[in-house]
Amino acid sequence: MTATDWITAVLLPAGALFTLIGTIGLVRLPTPLGRLHAAAKPDTVGLLLILSGAAFQLPDISAAAPLLLVALFQFTTIPVLAQTLGRVTYSRGESSAERMVVDELADAVRHAERDSDAGPGEGGRPNTPGEPEAADGERPPGT
Amino acid sequence: MTVLDYVYAATLAMLALGVLCALVRLVRGPSVLDRILCLNTISVLLVSVIAVEVAVRGDTAYVGLMVSIALLGFVATLTAARFAERRAHDRD
Repeated sequence: MTATDWITAVLLPAGALFTLIGTIGLVRLPTPLGRLHAAAKPDTVGLLLILSGAAFQLPDISAAAPLLLVALFQFTTIPVLAQTLGRVTYSRGESSAERMVVDELADAVRHAERDSDAGPGEGGRPNTPGEPEAADGERPPGT
Repeated sequence: MTVLDYVYAATLAMLALGVLCALVRLVRGPSVLDRILCLNTISVLLVSVIAVEVAVRGDTAYVGLMVSIALLGFVATLTAARFAERRAHDRD
């Protein structure tokens, strides 16, 4: 047992614990958005800790570069997926409005409805995340 | 059996429990989105399991597998979420 082995022995179970607690939250939490929250963040942290622990088992620092690539990739994609799933949950009306403290998307949806009543907007861009669409689903064809 | 072997076993056991929890929600989930989320969680857990395997072997032969699983999980989850959104609009 060298020093790096001890670092690995601490980091790997810590990361697995984070992941396990997140998935327990995935089972236990009552609301869809709460489950989304529990699935997105602990998994990311747990994966980072496990990748760090694995990096300490490699022979030299350059061998750990691919692990850094995996970590960067998951760190960029998991928030994108969480945000997209949250928006879809909201637009399907499954987001338990009575538990919400602040509903910032409602204003945006109202503005979008008002703009779509005034006439179709410019261009046929598919709706990107962050660009609220009208609740009645007026999306340009081909998206 | 050194200490590290027990560490690997405990880590993999916890990850397996996590996959089980995700499967429970996948069976029970009231909406399609819960199931999509659980499948994505399982793909992230798979990447974690392969990371433990990298630690066991001490080389990064499996990194290509990790990246491709992460990429497939990302694209599949995005596609499924978009599809669920459009189905909801068609229903209205």
